[in-house]
Amino acid sequence: MIRLVARDALLISLAVLVLGAIMVPVAVRRQRRDWLDVAYAAVYTNFLLVTVAAVAMVIALVTHDFSVSYVAQVGSRATPLFYTVISLWGALEGSILFWAWVLALYSAAVVWINRNRPGNLVPYAASALLAVSFFFAVLLVGPANPFLAVSPVPLDGPGPNPLLQNHILMAVHPPLLYLGYVGMSVPFAFAIGAMLSGEVTSDDWVRLTRRWTLVSWGFLSAAIIAGMWWSYEVLGWGGYWAWDPVENASFIPWLTATAYLHSAMVQERRGMLRLWNLNLVVGTFVLTILGTFLTRSGIISSVHAFTTGTIGYFFLAFIALVLVSALAMVAGNSDRLRTTGRFDAVASRETVILFNNLFLTAFMFTVLVGTLFPLVAEYVRGVKVSVGEPFFNMMSLPMIVALLFLMGVGPALPWKSATAEEVKRKLLPPTIGAGVLAAVAWIAGARNVYAVLAFAFVGYSATANLREFWIGARARHMAHGEAWGTALARLVGGNRRRYGGYVAHLGVFLVALGVAASQTFRSEREGTLTPGESLTVAGRTVRLKEVWGRTERQRDVIGATLEVMSGGRARGTVEPRMNFYPTSREPVPTPAVRSAFFGDLYVSLMAFRPDGGSATVKVIYEPLVPWIWMGGGVVVLGALICVFPVAKRAEAVARSRAAGQVVAPRPLEGEA
Amino acid sequence: MHEFPARRPWALLAAAVLVATFAWLIYGGLNKNVVFFLTPNELLAKGVSAMDVPVRLGGQVKPGSVKWDEKTLKLVFSVTDGTGEVAVQSRGAPPQMFRDGMGVVVEGRFGRDGVFQSTSLMVKHSNEYRAPKAGERPQEMYKTLIKGPGA
Repeated sequence: MIRLVARDALLISLAVLVLGAIMVPVAVRRQRRDWLDVAYAAVYTNFLLVTVAAVAMVIALVTHDFSVSYVAQVGSRATPLFYTVISLWGALEGSILFWAWVLALYSAAVVWINRNRPGNLVPYAASALLAVSFFFAVLLVGPANPFLAVSPVPLDGPGPNPLLQNHILMAVHPPLLYLGYVGMSVPFAFAIGAMLSGEVTSDDWVRLTRRWTLVSWGFLSAAIIAGMWWSYEVLGWGGYWAWDPVENASFIPWLTATAYLHSAMVQERRGMLRLWNLNLVVGTFVLTILGTFLTRSGIISSVHAFTTGTIGYFFLAFIALVLVSALAMVAGNSDRLRTTGRFDAVASRETVILFNNLFLTAFMFTVLVGTLFPLVAEYVRGVKVSVGEPFFNMMSLPMIVALLFLMGVGPALPWKSATAEEVKRKLLPPTIGAGVLAAVAWIAGARNVYAVLAFAFVGYSATANLREFWIGARARHMAHGEAWGTALARLVGGNRRRYGGYVAHLGVFLVALGVAASQTFRSEREGTLTPGESLTVAGRTVRLKEVWGRTERQRDVIGATLEVMSGGRARGTVEPRMNFYPTSREPVPTPAVRSAFFGDLYVSLMAFRPDGGSATVKVIYEPLVPWIWMGGGVVVLGALICVFPVAKRAEAVARSRAAGQVVAPRPLEGEA
Repeated sequence: MHEFPARRPWALLAAAVLVATFAWLIYGGLNKNVVFFLTPNELLAKGVSAMDVPVRLGGQVKPGSVKWDEKTLKLVFSVTDGTGEVAVQSRGAPPQMFRDGMGVVVEGRFGRDGVFQSTSLMVKHSNEYRAPKAGERPQEMYKTLIKGPGA
């Protein structure tokens, strides 16, 4: 019953999407606002219909309705309610349904918020969003239909993939990733809208687009960090990034989106890089679809690849269609996108952003080539190869340290051109920060050149970014006699895009420190312990108390209890475990992580004697890993500061204040 | 990026040099870091050319070949594809339930002594759902540890 309701909702949505997408050009040509409202109604209706289907799926999962194919595939009566609900995105068909729902949500939000914006950009953007939605609706009634009938109806199912029901982050990482990935459709739709409506020659569409890109970018950043965290907490190898194709798939569009967030400022401020920005927006969207193809088509075997079916061909056809039509449109517009500004000097913010874009794009190409190479090699030459981590590290480390350096130079330099005196005043003091962190790294024992450089440049750039807050707040404090706290709050509040960006930079520095420290100073030991025996790593000792087993509702568990010793006394216990799920012969490792501000003690149960007489454990000390997760939070905070809507009144007040105090802002460096 | 340099020939040249250098770096990096995936037969057929370079070896664990010393953590086993067979040596604990006949992928180097030194060991999971056989359930295999409900 519920299956038929959901199926019909999806079929109706197909028709609604076609109707809406066709209505737009007709309404625009005939100048009929009422017809346009019909097209907008199609966007809202589609959201309702996909919501019906998604809710139906959740109900089917929760009620264990095994007559629905997707439930029969991922459901199980033994799975706890929480993991039953989130198995909505635990396999191919459900994840496409969730994807379509997020896209419908974004589309409805975009249209609703911008419905009264004059001009034809929003109508055409709505039409583009409807077209992308149509593609996913086709998948849902075709190769990824989650609502097929199952007969005879099984009494129970296998439950979700064990790896996906072992940790609570499974409820966090996928939705964030979808919000980030799918959100990149919005800037793309605006780009299409700008080109079709002719607004591409004004820079206003970039202002609109940048805001929405920031939203998706914030989600995508959070998703990447959450994915690293998940891998760290679940896979038991003590790492968080391995240049795995699925990790790369999420990272590649992040790089182009990051490039766009920076180069869009150059277009807004200086009227340059117009064509380039258009390409970045289109490219980011295509890369998200490519990433979905890589992770969902089964072409790469991983925990993300669910099935091998025909769905890969649909994705390839869609990518080809988008690339050809969008790039043709971009090419057709290239003559109108003449630059009006010019690069005045090497020492200027726009030049730094140009280099930032250069490195980010090169980084993107490196990861893309390394990810696609095995597929191409197998297809062309029939050999099975993989591209090792050394390739990615060797290629990316120089670019990463260069980017870390630029993150400090950019904020310190003004637009247009800096005087020699300004360069000296702004760029010299941060070298103290560079020296301090480089010395810390060297004394701690770092000898790898990139490790030392990473610490040095983080020191440099963190100082440069923090100095911007200091200079601005001090100026306010001196000029208006504001208390320091108030001065800082008003400084950030008065120019949130600028200072939100610096906050995001600080988050990146935390992540970089966490990665550099944990890669450089990690210590690891493995050993077999009998109860009472202990193992010491980096001055931290664990002692085995006992090996135990128990049966939980949906799984069996073997665990080891170890005491963490320090100064000869037990300071607490850790319990690494192995979870045995009925669907898989191999257990899912569940390491125990004991976090402190300066590092994690990471304990994995590797093997045990069946009688409990001994346990083989791997103990790793991972310095500064918690900083990676904290840094991710700070990056998101930065994005929030930038994007949070300004109350209309506050905006007006800020504007009138800025207009009224022409004397103050200039010397105070209050401009964006 | 398009508009600015294109008008000056030297900038165009600089861009071309930059792109060429970058492509050359990627090409060189890939050449050095491509890891071939081979079966035991393919590995043995390649002979010396496959020695001392990073390789991924895939096959089944030969029944009866697994030896693990839990004190020294030294793991020795053979990987076979039915006909060919390669001895593998690895350090560290084997994945739990490492068993005869299961699919594995080991990454490492094939030494001149004819032993494959593995640096990482991956178990090939089969995605097909299959109920565990009698005697394979954890409650049965680890009876002394898992008392079960009511015990």
